[in-house]
Amino acid sequence: MLMNLKRIISLTATAFMLFTTCGLRAEGAAAKPLVVGFAQTGAESAWRTANTNSMKAEAEKRGIKLKFADGQGKQENQIRALRSFVTQGVDAIVVAPIVETGWDPVLREAKRAGIPVVVMDRNIQTDDKSLFACYIGSDFYKEGSLAAEWLVKNAGARTRIVELQGTPGSAAANVRRKAFADAIAKSPAFKLIDSQSGDFRRSGGKEVMEAFIKKHGKEIEIVYAHNDDMALGAVQAIEEAGLKPGKDIIIVSIDAIKEGVQAVVDGKINVVVECNPLFGPKVYDTIAKLKAGEPVERTSYNVDEVFDSTNAAARIGERQY
Amino acid sequence: MSVRKKSISPVLWPLFGLIALVVLNLVLNHGFLKITILDGRLYGLPIDILNQGARGLVLALGMTLVIATGGVDLSVGSIMAAAGALAAVLIVKGCGLTLALGAGIGLAIAAGGANGLLVARLGIQPIVATLILMVVGRGAAQLITNGEVVLINNPTFEFLGNGHFLGLPFAPLLAGGLFIAAHLFLRRTAAGLFIEATGDNEQAARFAGLAAAHVKGLVYVFCGLCAGLAGLMAAANIRAADSYRMGENMELDAIFAVVVGGTALTGGRFLLLGAFVGALLLQTLTTTMYNLGVPPAVAPVPKAVLILVVCLLQSSHARRWFGGLFKKGGVA
Repeated sequence: MLMNLKRIISLTATAFMLFTTCGLRAEGAAAKPLVVGFAQTGAESAWRTANTNSMKAEAEKRGIKLKFADGQGKQENQIRALRSFVTQGVDAIVVAPIVETGWDPVLREAKRAGIPVVVMDRNIQTDDKSLFACYIGSDFYKEGSLAAEWLVKNAGARTRIVELQGTPGSAAANVRRKAFADAIAKSPAFKLIDSQSGDFRRSGGKEVMEAFIKKHGKEIEIVYAHNDDMALGAVQAIEEAGLKPGKDIIIVSIDAIKEGVQAVVDGKINVVVECNPLFGPKVYDTIAKLKAGEPVERTSYNVDEVFDSTNAAARIGERQY
Repeated sequence: MSVRKKSISPVLWPLFGLIALVVLNLVLNHGFLKITILDGRLYGLPIDILNQGARGLVLALGMTLVIATGGVDLSVGSIMAAAGALAAVLIVKGCGLTLALGAGIGLAIAAGGANGLLVARLGIQPIVATLILMVVGRGAAQLITNGEVVLINNPTFEFLGNGHFLGLPFAPLLAGGLFIAAHLFLRRTAAGLFIEATGDNEQAARFAGLAAAHVKGLVYVFCGLCAGLAGLMAAANIRAADSYRMGENMELDAIFAVVVGGTALTGGRFLLLGAFVGALLLQTLTTTMYNLGVPPAVAPVPKAVLILVVCLLQSSHARRWFGGLFKKGGVA
């Protein structure tokens, strides 16, 4: 019974695919647009919105037909979206998984239908490596290391650091924290004197920084924030305490949202390390390669840059988010 | 210790918690209560607690009255975000501060009115009715700001969250003023009694000639108003409206402040002073975690313990039970 049902479904799916391809061929054989299904996590942050916009805009630019599904923060929505992409017979699937596990069944369906899956931003844990084609993500570790490296080069005599962590337990916070700690461990002059979570929020960064300033006073020489929002909150707290952010206290941050880079231009933040949400070009390049049968890297990262006083002013114009 | 016959004010328990926290902070970090004057204004950790706690205070005020009618409002966090977002967008568009503030507050009042309509007129369970707006409100906030963090560059607006009046931070002054005004209005007129009567037994109140549905509806409107004001204060405090994160989980903080302050979730009585102390206790707890350097990953644990202790102290059952334990153990 179940087998029968499955066969019927797959037959209809094949028939549907044949039908659609036939239909397209009738319209014009030359311009058969690539159809990509994209299952996004939701719209939980400005970073995510920039990520979505990049995927949409780049698809339009390349004449790719993008089927966009908003997961609204729920894995079940994403699985449903993936399943519908398989039945619609898209050419490729991109997924930004909300959680790491529980994807095997639906990925198997995609594999059976011969649709390559690109995992984006966050990774998927599975024993069967063949279930998805590749992972393209942000290298949180590199971001933390770049921030620390900049300090080693530029901090001079200043060594005492307070850290504004992201949401405890999130990969971005955990890895950025570890990378930074690993990197400064190599330069024993640096000392992490306090570390608290600002929950990736501007208000959180401000609140924690206010408390840090009262607690440590002039001891604080460097602030390392896990994202720009918290760094910008810290900037306000420092200003309200009558100090000059970027001068009295060095501020290092990660994300490079437009406002963060602007703060670098204004001299209020010393350096921001990019966490690039513009995945569009790289993802579609990868899909093109997959479709052409070329090999792709199993794990690759979006390229992140460092913006400080030397290049921020020149590059602020191109920041899109 | 003898068991007291007379019941003591429930406000005392969170107050004990607050004092205990301050003492703990003082012991571990002597500078905790130090207040200095910087640029002609007071400056120090206690001022921070008041300033950052002001939004929670305003939310707790509205929530107290809703809970007093036996309801609850889960949408306050989202209303904050929506009101802050609307005001921010209008300020950026150059619409003038009065219009922007009015529109933000107006939106919040309308949202509160929608809650009131659903609960009082259509008889929907408060938890469900306000859950709707909790979801819709944040969506609306994101629509208003187009999913971006809207930056506000307006010193007058900023005063609402960061300003100082005669050297004192303005936001807590505003919150305190609201509490006093609400207290006078509710306790010097029959309004407070109406609310308590509605919460105690809606049907009996109606039979006694009280427009219970109106009372219920109005407390949601007032709660919406408070949420809107808190949203404006939050936006002013960070000079930006972040529609994603502003007010997130604040509804739970507000409910906690109210309940710890001795207002029962079953309705029928309310203690404004209790909610005030409860909200301050919560903010002091947060600042304590920073001050003592508790790692953020474990910070929820001491928080939960303190909340548990205060709740146990609140419960007369628990107090009697503990009292009994001491007696058996032979403690005089």
